[in-house]
Amino acid sequence: MSIWKYANPKQFMQTSAWALRWLVPLTAVLMVLGLVWGFFFTPPELRQGSTVKIIFLHVPSAMIGINAWLMMLVASLIWFIRRHHVSALAARAAAPIGATMTLIALITGAIWGEPMWGTWWAWDPRLTSFLILFLFYLGYMALWAAIEEPDTAADLTSVLCLVGSVFALLSRYAVNFWNQGLHQGPSLTVAQKQHVADAYWYPLMICIAGFIAFFVTLVLLRTRTEIRARRLQALLARERMG
Amino acid sequence: MIALFLRDLRLAIRAGGGFGLGLGFFLIVVVLVPLGVGPEGRTLSLIAPGILWVAALLACLLSLDRIFALDHEDGSLDLLATAPIPLEGVVTMKALAHWVTTGLPLTLASPVLALLMNLPGPGYPWLMLSLALGTPALSVIGTFGAALTVGLKRGGLLLSLLVLPLYVPTLIFGAELVKRGAAGQAVATPFLLLAGITAGAAALLPFASAAALRVNLR
Amino acid sequence: MTPPAAALAVTDLAVSRGGLPVLERLRFTLHPGRALILRGPNGSGKTTLLRTLAGLQPPLAGFITAPPETIAYASHADGLKATLTVAENLAFWAQIFGTGDIGAAVDGMNLRGLLDRQAQNLSAGQKRRLGLARLLVTGRPFWLLDEPTISLDVASVALFAEVVRSHLAAGGAVLIATHIDLGLPEAEVLDLAPHRARAPAAGGLMGAFDEAFL
Repeated sequence: MSIWKYANPKQFMQTSAWALRWLVPLTAVLMVLGLVWGFFFTPPELRQGSTVKIIFLHVPSAMIGINAWLMMLVASLIWFIRRHHVSALAARAAAPIGATMTLIALITGAIWGEPMWGTWWAWDPRLTSFLILFLFYLGYMALWAAIEEPDTAADLTSVLCLVGSVFALLSRYAVNFWNQGLHQGPSLTVAQKQHVADAYWYPLMICIAGFIAFFVTLVLLRTRTEIRARRLQALLARERMG
Repeated sequence: MIALFLRDLRLAIRAGGGFGLGLGFFLIVVVLVPLGVGPEGRTLSLIAPGILWVAALLACLLSLDRIFALDHEDGSLDLLATAPIPLEGVVTMKALAHWVTTGLPLTLASPVLALLMNLPGPGYPWLMLSLALGTPALSVIGTFGAALTVGLKRGGLLLSLLVLPLYVPTLIFGAELVKRGAAGQAVATPFLLLAGITAGAAALLPFASAAALRVNLR
Repeated sequence: MTPPAAALAVTDLAVSRGGLPVLERLRFTLHPGRALILRGPNGSGKTTLLRTLAGLQPPLAGFITAPPETIAYASHADGLKATLTVAENLAFWAQIFGTGDIGAAVDGMNLRGLLDRQAQNLSAGQKRRLGLARLLVTGRPFWLLDEPTISLDVASVALFAEVVRSHLAAGGAVLIATHIDLGLPEAEVLDLAPHRARAPAAGGLMGAFDEAFL
């Protein structure tokens, strides 16, 4: 049996039900542990005080925001090549989660940026690319929503995801280039990762693991919902057929 | 394939508004900006490259939904899909016709509007060059968006939402080329990147557009 | 017109619309010089079948064999441009299909007097005749016609039948979905009712949905 047996909807429902039994508690434990440790049991930072603690939300959500799109790209390719329905539905299920995570990253970034840089928003390359990524998510979801025939929608959104990925990457480089052209100032957010002290490092890793588990849980749940919706549609269509 | 291109041009001319509408829109946006921003010459010349590029981009966007919609309604698209020319060729010709009816007139009219925006003298050749180089990419990317949304009832709004993020790199490099040209700085980098985007989009996107059309015609 | 080397053959074909099977177990062969009329109520899948044969959508199951680039498809819509003249409309399709000559088509559909008129100024019947003349300029032997006689008057229907007959005589073949009597007594009739897709429980095929989700 190959890995593709899990692409069968029935098999997927069974496997995901089993996986969710473990994933839900794991997510809860990791998130609670990581966030409580991060928020309440870490020392305040010398310069930034306790505002730095938003890192425990900001960094994981930003990571998920980007990687959700990558996951959608892989799922779209699988749909394109092997035409597994579950794959297309998983891509659809991941989009709103990725968009929300991107939004959380933008909002927490603004909240963090205000005390640190004195502004809620700067047209920094990183921030700008995230905003553009958010726009790509919006377009992708709007296309899914606009097309009634599910297979057509899956095909077209896959094409969009593929082309969008190329252009998102291009935009990332274009934005880097563009901002250099405007002001040569130091990149404001790059430094944080190299200067994370151990006291922050461990809870941060737990938070990241927690967010990943959270993402996987949500994608599985939403994919299950999509599969049920499709099954309902199939049953209704069958009924009309007589 | 040339026949398809010529037919689209002829249709644009006969229908009227094919050339004029985009140009008029371009003009109006450029007139509105100083009314909003204020008449001060220095401010205007500072934002001129960006405004001219954004206005050109919006003018391009305006006519995108008509690329395939009319042919879809009257059944020509079905017939073209069963004709001996490849669908990739059809979308390329459509994009080319769209460029000739929008991008090209915008490029030619841009110096006049640059005058209104107080663009510094050295910027003029770069403005025309950047538009000549960049607007084909806008047409090709727009054709892709139009192919994705061809059968949809409320396609127009969705089309903008899909296409505008894809326009980001072209806009950045195009406006940057004008900005640097106007300021007398080195222009090689944005010039080459803009040319690269246009070449890459024209070479690869027709395959995606044709794939999307095939799905939509099913 | 070059006669086709082989016939258009359909083997165990099933077609689907919107992921649901509509027709199944279709099996027929259209030989050069023959006409086949598809009959069935609205929604029975005539248009879906024609679109599948034309290659616009993939079949759900089965095979279609035909020599390459021999099928000309005419849908309900004529594919005419309102602002182009009759001659321009025809010349465009002639160029697309690489045949170039529109004279025979113009005479065949009796359009000689209308050549310089814009398509938007034609009556419904004249438009339809122009749409059918388009088939003549494709130079392809197999015609798939979807309700070709909508909005044609009796005389035009007779003219249409004449065009079809001469096409058959020249080695072509036609597949027509229609409700009315075309005055083509030599045509065979294929009733689609027995080919209606059965529910999977009754031994029918699974649609794209069902296969994956039931």
